[in-house]
Amino acid sequence: MKKIPSIIFILLSFWGCKEPVKEELEPVKTGPTPLAWVKPAGFPEPIYDLSRNPLTEEGVQLGKFLFYDGILSRTNLIGCGTCHQQAAAFTHHGHELSHGVEDRLGVRNSPAIQNMAWNKSFFWDGGVHDMDLVPFNPIENPVEMDEKVTSVIEKLRKTPNAASKIPVDYPKMFKEAFGTEEINSERMMKALSQFMMTMVSATSKYDYYRSGDANAFTTQEKDGLVLFQKNCSSCHEGVLFTDYSFRNNGLMPMRNNDLGRGAITGNASDEHKFKVPSLRNVGLTAPYMHDGRYHSLEEVLDHYTDSVQKMPTLDPLLIQPNGKTGIPLSSRDKQALIAFLRTLSDDQFIRDAKLSDPGIGNAF
Amino acid sequence: MKNIFHKCFAALFAATILFSASSCSESPSTSPTPEPVASDGGKLRLEFDNVVGDKNLVLNGVTYKNASGEDFIVTKFNYFISNIKLTKADGSIFTVPQDSSYFLIKEDTKASQFVTLNNVPVGDYTAVEFMVGVDSLRNTSPIEKRQGVLDPSGSMMEDGMYWAWNSGYIFVKLEGSSSKGNPVNGKFYYHIGLFGGYNERTVNNTRIIKVNFGTLKAPVTLSQTPEVHFLVDVLKVFDGAATNIKIAEYNSIMGGQPEKSQQIANNYLNMFTLDHIH
Repeated sequence: MKKIPSIIFILLSFWGCKEPVKEELEPVKTGPTPLAWVKPAGFPEPIYDLSRNPLTEEGVQLGKFLFYDGILSRTNLIGCGTCHQQAAAFTHHGHELSHGVEDRLGVRNSPAIQNMAWNKSFFWDGGVHDMDLVPFNPIENPVEMDEKVTSVIEKLRKTPNAASKIPVDYPKMFKEAFGTEEINSERMMKALSQFMMTMVSATSKYDYYRSGDANAFTTQEKDGLVLFQKNCSSCHEGVLFTDYSFRNNGLMPMRNNDLGRGAITGNASDEHKFKVPSLRNVGLTAPYMHDGRYHSLEEVLDHYTDSVQKMPTLDPLLIQPNGKTGIPLSSRDKQALIAFLRTLSDDQFIRDAKLSDPGIGNAF
Repeated sequence: MKNIFHKCFAALFAATILFSASSCSESPSTSPTPEPVASDGGKLRLEFDNVVGDKNLVLNGVTYKNASGEDFIVTKFNYFISNIKLTKADGSIFTVPQDSSYFLIKEDTKASQFVTLNNVPVGDYTAVEFMVGVDSLRNTSPIEKRQGVLDPSGSMMEDGMYWAWNSGYIFVKLEGSSSKGNPVNGKFYYHIGLFGGYNERTVNNTRIIKVNFGTLKAPVTLSQTPEVHFLVDVLKVFDGAATNIKIAEYNSIMGGQPEKSQQIANNYLNMFTLDHIH
């Protein structure tokens, strides 16, 4: 009699434990390989919280494929890399405004994707404050990728697709990066962020000069640096060449009267203000300004000397003590400044194979 | 394998069938976050019953009239309810845990209109408080805190309640058509969001609704789930104490008109009334 309940116990226990046993029999996976993110010497602490999304080789690799794959767009042709091309420091070289699906024109110039770990906000108007929330914007913008993130996730789940340029197996890649094949918005955005965290530009000629190699600069470049510090660095501040503030630099509004930051905050005092861009790689990212109106660094400096418009929200730093707008610079000053600005170009960054299109992207 | 055997035998020695069954069912394959234990868990249900004045709301068909005499048909009516607090007869307050306190009510999805609160302490409840919208903390939370109805992937063209370009949730989305609608397709679009700004102050259109049950009460017991039935009046979105919104003047109110959207928020503050409790 006594034995019967025990047997029932054992049977019950076995039955109850069937699932975990099966689980246990699966081969032990080692999981994704951690990837160290190294802060360049002299750079501030990053803003992005890497502890919430620690980089792994598999995560970064997945992010790279997602970054370049047109599957993010409604037409399956426009990837992030279409308007953010490596050779132009991840901008859309030669395009004042970028064109998305079906050549629909946007309203702003494609900004450089670099050093995103330090960004306090994103886009020219700072409408997004978190790297992980950035991709929703271009994907859903009707003039960029014109797609729904829910549809992208559906499409990713159905890969590999034999009709693709490269039949990428996304469920497998998500499993390698995150442990299971599940594809959701959190994982998708975190993989994209992981890749973008690796897009660090800190190996320009300027960086060699900065780290103690005085011979890295010519006399003209050194003069340019001095002029830069005197005239430009109050906004294009520090080692990242921006203070991340929003300012009106006196550009005459165009026909669409882009309010910039003002459209985000709804405050009249923010109208026509745009984010101060980093000047790293500025020699590679023409055309310039939020609407791509200037095609060369010469034109940009001519703007600052000659065509800064007086507007209610014009930045006070662009009003001289004598009441004139702009920054006084001689043509010799401008040449030196441009020579200096070109030292911010980072050849290693734009040639780094780890950041390059794995063969999946489209550039137009 | 071995571990599981040990676990099972340990369970065997631990006296009751109930215990052994429950310990084994908590296999490592279940979700990493443990379900909260329903210690004194009762349930309370809030029903959000959308109406237009004294009529039931029917999408895409019935023509209604606002206080400005404008005809309109409703094609979409969605809103967030969050941060729910319940007050007991003794004055104590039960706050629904943050992560379980975001609900998207959609007129086209009947099930969404019934908000069931779990693990509610047993007792007689006499008042409820909730927010229309999504608080600023959750509006600026990392992506892992944006699950379920807060997943930003929803499409703006469909039921999406998230602005990707000016990161933040839409709190109330009312769309419809009217003879006073926009000249292109006769429609009007009211998408009301803005949570107060991430680092610069903007308009804040979240609104806290407090409803006292008066002489009524909602008795939560282990076996009884009271249902608090609210009427939610679309007319109040247009017609408010301070402002009547006219479709003819504003066929589109979204993030670009913060002051106007604030007027609508002041209006929807008053769109909830307690109908009955059963």
